[in-house]
Amino acid sequence: MRPDLRILLPVLSLAVLLALVFWLQPRAMSYRGLNLLFNLAVPIALATVAQMIIIMVNDIDLSMGTFVSFVACVTATFVHDTPVIGYLMLAGAVLAYAAIGALIQARDLPAIVVTLGMSFVWAGLAVLVLPTPGGAAPEWLRTLMTARPPFVPMAVIAAALIALVGHLIVMRSSFGVLLRGLGGNEKSVAKAGWSPVLLRASAYGLAGLFAVLAGMTLVGLTTAADANIALRYTLLSIAGVILGGGEFTGGRVSPVGAVIGALTLTLAASFLSFLKLSSDWQIGAQGAILILVLAARLLFARRARA
Amino acid sequence: MTRTEPGQPLVTLDGARKSFGAIRALDAVTLTIDRGECLALVGHNGAGKSTLVNLINGALAPSGGTVSYGLPDGQVVTGGGGMRAAGIRAVHQELSLCPNLTVLENLRIPQRDLTGRGWRALAAARIGQALDRIFPGHGIHPRAVVGDLTLAERQMVEIAIGFAEGAIAPRLVILDEPTSSLDASIARQLLTHIRAFCAAGGAVIFISHMMGEVFDVASRIVVMKDGRITGDRPTVEFTRETLVAAMGHVAPGAASARAAPQDSATILTTPEGLTARKGEIVGLAGLAGHGQAAALARFYLGRTSDWRQSDPPAAVFVAGDRARDGLMPLWSIRLNTSLARLPGLVRRGLVDRRAEAELAETWKARIGIRSDDLTNPILSLSGGNQQKVLFARALATAAPVVVMDDPMRGVDVGTKTQVYAMIRTEAEAGRTFLWYSTETDEILLCDRVFVFRNGTIVAELTGDGITEAAILAHSFDQRETA
Repeated sequence: MRPDLRILLPVLSLAVLLALVFWLQPRAMSYRGLNLLFNLAVPIALATVAQMIIIMVNDIDLSMGTFVSFVACVTATFVHDTPVIGYLMLAGAVLAYAAIGALIQARDLPAIVVTLGMSFVWAGLAVLVLPTPGGAAPEWLRTLMTARPPFVPMAVIAAALIALVGHLIVMRSSFGVLLRGLGGNEKSVAKAGWSPVLLRASAYGLAGLFAVLAGMTLVGLTTAADANIALRYTLLSIAGVILGGGEFTGGRVSPVGAVIGALTLTLAASFLSFLKLSSDWQIGAQGAILILVLAARLLFARRARA
Repeated sequence: MTRTEPGQPLVTLDGARKSFGAIRALDAVTLTIDRGECLALVGHNGAGKSTLVNLINGALAPSGGTVSYGLPDGQVVTGGGGMRAAGIRAVHQELSLCPNLTVLENLRIPQRDLTGRGWRALAAARIGQALDRIFPGHGIHPRAVVGDLTLAERQMVEIAIGFAEGAIAPRLVILDEPTSSLDASIARQLLTHIRAFCAAGGAVIFISHMMGEVFDVASRIVVMKDGRITGDRPTVEFTRETLVAAMGHVAPGAASARAAPQDSATILTTPEGLTARKGEIVGLAGLAGHGQAAALARFYLGRTSDWRQSDPPAAVFVAGDRARDGLMPLWSIRLNTSLARLPGLVRRGLVDRRAEAELAETWKARIGIRSDDLTNPILSLSGGNQQKVLFARALATAAPVVVMDDPMRGVDVGTKTQVYAMIRTEAEAGRTFLWYSTETDEILLCDRVFVFRNGTIVAELTGDGITEAAILAHSFDQRETA
């Protein structure tokens, strides 16, 4: 599939879903409505970009949800109470992510196993940091996430910004080319004299950075945290990457697509609420929407190949 | 590139050795390569050419001896960094581009200075210039994604990356089977460029199984056998016969014509107009990338994509692009051999291990797979031997039709002769072969030949009508060239 075609389908699915939501609930077609619809999409979009960077180097991160929860707990406690220690902890978490990447490459370990193990580590640390739900968001974060810029809601601006920054780093920069090259043909990158260990560590570090931002923005929105706040982010982020035109192997990803994928998933939940579907059925219906979009993508790909 | 550089060699190997465990791949090789030389490296598969190349390009460190490089300023250095500083570039046999990146992004992988503002424009200019210079009229856009290109176009890109200008200009380019996926006219463009590059003071190491190309372009020929250099002389001192003899093979005799089975029934026809009789060897000819592989794939998938697994399968496939279509890279030689035959090796619903091992041993002996232990990973074999395994996988089944997609790419003369004989025997026993090949010699072995141009069949040749001249005449659009 050509890259421009790859991005067409996510855009189309988002547009269709948005049109349906507006049709069901015309009041959503407003500054306030859009902000409400997409508010919670910001941390999901950041986590999706993080997951995308991992998938880009042919790995998968099963610890995304617990890691974002851990970051949220640190943000609501240490960053709020003792900022210096808090930010040091977050920086340490990013370094830990880079170290995991280096370990996976150097010891040739399956990422799915390592990150599954790490998910328990992060979950445990989150409970240690914040045993009972609570904490408070740092003032500046709260102000930032609830800001009301003129004309365009904060959520939309933030999503566009995440897509833009992701695109610049991953698709346009020469560093991003190396990382995608690692996913596309690791041998050829290594033959050219680059260190795969260093590259994979950088990819994981970059993913860790986006995941930290996801946790922080989440606390900015919810004003409090708990150790299980973002557990569903693991699967949401993977689904978002795939929905956005990414592929599990071969370094074929799209940051813009990933952000759109995250928006689509958030919107799908709202759409189902507007349909007044019982919450028992919502998760299943969300899955059905996912399968629908993926099937459409398969048809697209087949058409493009023919 | 100027001619005023000091006259020291670009690369010097002094008693270089390399062992993999107990296997000695390269034994005390001493070799120097000077500027302006086009050195052809010949020898059959497993003779140590790839190992030698990997020592020169820094992918492997020698177990003994030294490999040193002469820098433009007269310094002599060693190691991978030294190799890059000396302007040594390698174009590998197995295609080593990143398929998910664009052409210009692939140039970024080896070229370290492509970074910061405007690197894309610079990269596009460099790769565009190189492509224009080597393959005029190539039609490859620098922003095209490599995965969308044909095999031939990818090889062209890879070669162009090898010759592209950079912060360190190319001074020695190693080309490992560079023409294996190219058709004759594009291969000629490459050979012309190599001559120009060497005339301007560059050097090339050229590895090829195509004798014509070696004699056409090389100024010096180095013959390798069993990890040693057994001959190192200027090209003019060799003839085809003495060169083949030096490599340790008997020259393959002229293809003996055989009675085509005219009387047997036509067993297959495809929408494109391919037809074949039982026991016939049918060739698909024409320039590379004109729809032959696609026609084979359509036929093969049409015959075998069924809900039910049939035994024997209606057709089997021998891949030319081994890494993409053929090998199970993590499996052993034995598992790779038995794959297509598995439905016949089942006892009480489980794979009969002993029968499987027997099958693999039988084919090891029949087709001459060079390995002590068939439980070794498939990637421990050299390219030619991997290809033999793929042949064995297909021929081990009882499928009536064998589809071959340019399977002899980068395979040595000895293996080829052996496989040709085997194909002949199998055809006489009633098997039908559909054979796409980029090598004219192989097409001449066929009973019936279809020439493809622009995705359609433009000619059907049989018997005495199958000649190189006829194939070439139909491959090119006469009206355009006239």
